[in-house]
Amino acid sequence: MELLYASCVGVLVFCGVFLILRSRTFPVVLGLTMLSYGVNLFLFSSGRLSLNSAAVLGYSEVYADPLPQAFVLTAIVIGFAMTAFVVILAIRGRADLGNDHVNGQVPENKKKGKV
Amino acid sequence: MTLLWIPLLSLLGSIISSMTGKLTRNQSTGLSLLMPVIALLMTINLAPAVFSGEEIRETISWIPLLGIDIAFRLDGLSLLFIFMILGIGILVIFYTRYYLSSNDSMPKLYAYLMLFMTAMLGIVMSNNVIQLWFFWELTSISSFLLISYWWQKSEARKGAIMALTITGGGGLALLAGLLLLGNIVGSFNLDVILASREMIQGHDWYEVALILVLLGAFTKSAQFPFHFWLPHAMAAPTPVSAYLHSATMVKAGIFLLARFYPVLAGTDTWFIIVSITGLTTLLFGAYIALFKHDLKGLLAYSTISHLGLITLLLGLSTELATVAAIFHIINHATFKASLFMATGIIDHETGTRDMRKLNGMWRFMPYTATLAMVAAAAMAGVPLLNGFLSKEMFFAETLHQQLLGSMSWLIPVLATIAGALAVAYSARFIHDVFFNGDPIDLPRQPNEPPRYMRVPIEILVALCLLVGIFPNFIVNDILKSASFAVLGGYVPEFKVTLWHGFNLPLLMSAIAVSGGLFMYTQRRHLYKFQDSLPPLNAKKAFDGMVYSTIKWCQHKINTIENGSLQRYLTLMFLVVLLFSGWPLLEMNQLVGQKPLTPIDVHNAVGAALLIIGAISTVIWYRTRMISLLMISVVGLMVSVAFTRFSAPDLALTQLTVEVVTIILLMLALFFLPQYSPRESSSMRILRDIGISATLGVVIGSICYALITRPFESISDFFLANAKTGGGGTNVVNVILVDFRGFDTLGEICVLGIAALGIYKLLINLPLFMPGSDSEGRPWAKERYPILLASISQSLLPLALLVSFYIFLRGHNLPGGGFIAGLITAIAFILQYIAHGSNWIAERLTINYRKIIASGIAIALFTGVGSWFFDKPFMTTWFDYFNIPFIGEIELASALVFDLGVYITVVGATLMILGSLGKLTANAPKEEVNI
Repeated sequence: MELLYASCVGVLVFCGVFLILRSRTFPVVLGLTMLSYGVNLFLFSSGRLSLNSAAVLGYSEVYADPLPQAFVLTAIVIGFAMTAFVVILAIRGRADLGNDHVNGQVPENKKKGKV
Repeated sequence: MTLLWIPLLSLLGSIISSMTGKLTRNQSTGLSLLMPVIALLMTINLAPAVFSGEEIRETISWIPLLGIDIAFRLDGLSLLFIFMILGIGILVIFYTRYYLSSNDSMPKLYAYLMLFMTAMLGIVMSNNVIQLWFFWELTSISSFLLISYWWQKSEARKGAIMALTITGGGGLALLAGLLLLGNIVGSFNLDVILASREMIQGHDWYEVALILVLLGAFTKSAQFPFHFWLPHAMAAPTPVSAYLHSATMVKAGIFLLARFYPVLAGTDTWFIIVSITGLTTLLFGAYIALFKHDLKGLLAYSTISHLGLITLLLGLSTELATVAAIFHIINHATFKASLFMATGIIDHETGTRDMRKLNGMWRFMPYTATLAMVAAAAMAGVPLLNGFLSKEMFFAETLHQQLLGSMSWLIPVLATIAGALAVAYSARFIHDVFFNGDPIDLPRQPNEPPRYMRVPIEILVALCLLVGIFPNFIVNDILKSASFAVLGGYVPEFKVTLWHGFNLPLLMSAIAVSGGLFMYTQRRHLYKFQDSLPPLNAKKAFDGMVYSTIKWCQHKINTIENGSLQRYLTLMFLVVLLFSGWPLLEMNQLVGQKPLTPIDVHNAVGAALLIIGAISTVIWYRTRMISLLMISVVGLMVSVAFTRFSAPDLALTQLTVEVVTIILLMLALFFLPQYSPRESSSMRILRDIGISATLGVVIGSICYALITRPFESISDFFLANAKTGGGGTNVVNVILVDFRGFDTLGEICVLGIAALGIYKLLINLPLFMPGSDSEGRPWAKERYPILLASISQSLLPLALLVSFYIFLRGHNLPGGGFIAGLITAIAFILQYIAHGSNWIAERLTINYRKIIASGIAIALFTGVGSWFFDKPFMTTWFDYFNIPFIGEIELASALVFDLGVYITVVGATLMILGSLGKLTANAPKEEVNI
């Protein structure tokens, strides 16, 4: 199961990084979201994986590590705030610059190729 | 705490005088003088103790772990400098009153002057080298402000920048040197460093430390080849020049040499570097001074030359040479400050400082002329004046050295030549300005200056005379105690007297005076010779150097930073790869000792869905809507994973955040193109797959290595104390609102800031709503379907009730402020979707910014509240109460804190989505053609 979990983290990082390296803003935002899934799962797993042992006192014999959970909880919320900020920045960028390329302008040769 | 007060009073003076803008000039001057005068009286009060050999120390511990204290000391050397800094400072402040025209801001100049005074006092009194360096840099900065006082003038700005560059650069070298010294000795305390001579001089890095410290001293004291900033600093108002460039700032370098003399001097390296630099500067400065037609230029180069003389004396490293150096520090400060002030008067009265125009001033201002002539005679080293005594001692010392081996006889010869040059330029100062015919078209008709403008010069000139005639009476004590400090607790037998009998130094003096006068009479030939030489333009060279440095940096920056985000990200990921991948290569085995758990069918299905979702997102990334749907599958599976692996709080949070995120992204997609064009070349795609796949493999491997190893966690503490200490059984929530509540406070602040940032970004957004979807189909006529509207409306109270329940139980069961806040936000967002923001605006007028602020305020004040019970910030409190009909309930202050979290989350989420949603309702409907 550990191997499966780690593979999932690896796939999320792979997909996230690939999308972040794209040239338009929207895939980059998706990539950031994907990468933050991967990072959150990674951080969460630093408390090791355990089944049926939620850190609520009195409900089980052993408890999962609550500290990474607390950190990941705030990380999820802040991750949302950051995604929101980036996406609004992308909208603003498109409105002000006239395109949604991450470098702020569409490269010259690409423009010609399109026409 | 007397010592601390001396620089503190001066700083206070700076603040006070900066506020005297509304007062008259006399009141402003009077108030400004007050603090330095008190400081001077305090110093005088301390002087007898220092003269009797005592060293006063005061230390306030600041960062003891790093060995950084606020430490002050007062020994003979410090005392001498404090007298100069405060004494001449007071005279300069007084003089400025008459010098400055009514158009210039006097409080500003006073404030800068006293800031500089504070910095100088700090340097000479510091007992910690880091602190010393801090004040050192403060002198560079305050002198920058002083030189650029007339900032409208181009040469003032350029001169200030040049001075800052050179002295600031030297300051960095000094910092490196001081850090080295501190590391060699193991302490930054000056006492410890001064007591570790053997340790420092025996160390391998001694030479490096020495050269770095010397660089600091030489740049500050305008030693050749760093001298050129000083003449350009003459663009400052003349009182500033009198203060900084004669008595204090340039002497800071000399002070540094003297301060570290006990530990750094005595080696061949010191001897050769310091003496040769001093000798070169002495000759160079004296020679150039002769050819300067500007009065201040002459004085600037003369200052350079005298600083070279003092450096040379310190370099010679004999005891008597050191005494002579200290003596000349005093003498030079007195006569040079008075000469600068006299120049200021001449400039003030005639409107020019050009000696080719200034002639015959004796007739117009005989009194000032007399004073200036006495001071200039002291500069030349004429008997009965202080300059003569120290110059005599200097000549005597040049006879007792072995600097150049068998060619050492050259040194006294060169010293005599420098002496002759000094006589020549002093003679020019006297003869060319006050006699030598009539003035040539002066801008103003010269007169004697206001009576009191001369007082500071009178005091200084009187000192020149008194020291010159009764040296033992006036300076014996201070000279002895300063030498005691520099020589490290030993004073040689010496006696400063006017008459030593007919000896070699006297002969050298006689040659210097007659040779200098002869040189002056033959000056026309000298000028002609000098004019035939190629001009030496240090400013041009400096500007060229600065320009080429900037150009080089610009070029490098442009190469690295070409404006492409894709490129930065690629580089960043490569660096991450390097740092995270490298340790893996050094690991023997990836899998750890922890027994592995078997894969069950639930996990396998979940993982498969997650991976399929992620890969599909990538495959269909050009069709944005589809990739958005795919990524929502991934998010859902992540929250399922949290549920599976015993993290119910995370699962709830992830689920709610997922809803909000997807709604937000769909909303954003409304304003963005629906498709990404095919832009990347195949090579690019291949490269990106390479980078991201490698990174994925590395991170996955690290994760695998991590979770297969057993570990010790600090979480046992939280598990053990959650109920007893925090009053809750949901340990994750107790950690959030209690154990690590301060983190959470920071996090909701970030949330609030992000929301405010988004609010600002959306203001005045030139946005147009697409009239149809990407395929050209018109939008549905029914914007707000009645079915959704009625269901969502009836759902709202239910959702609020659920969120209230989730919020309340959060302390003991999965839930809490974050999750409840998100649920509430989703319920409201549903109303926005179902009815549109205009419909909401009619019924609900809420300022989300205020909601965010009040949420953070509630959380903050819950933390502050514990202060009222004498507990540290954010101490929580809880207790159980028995309420009739309801039963026992628990009340905890953490619940109030969680309420703050809840309100912030609701406010921030609604602000983000509401502001964007509002645009869809109100944006003009037009097609964007991009």
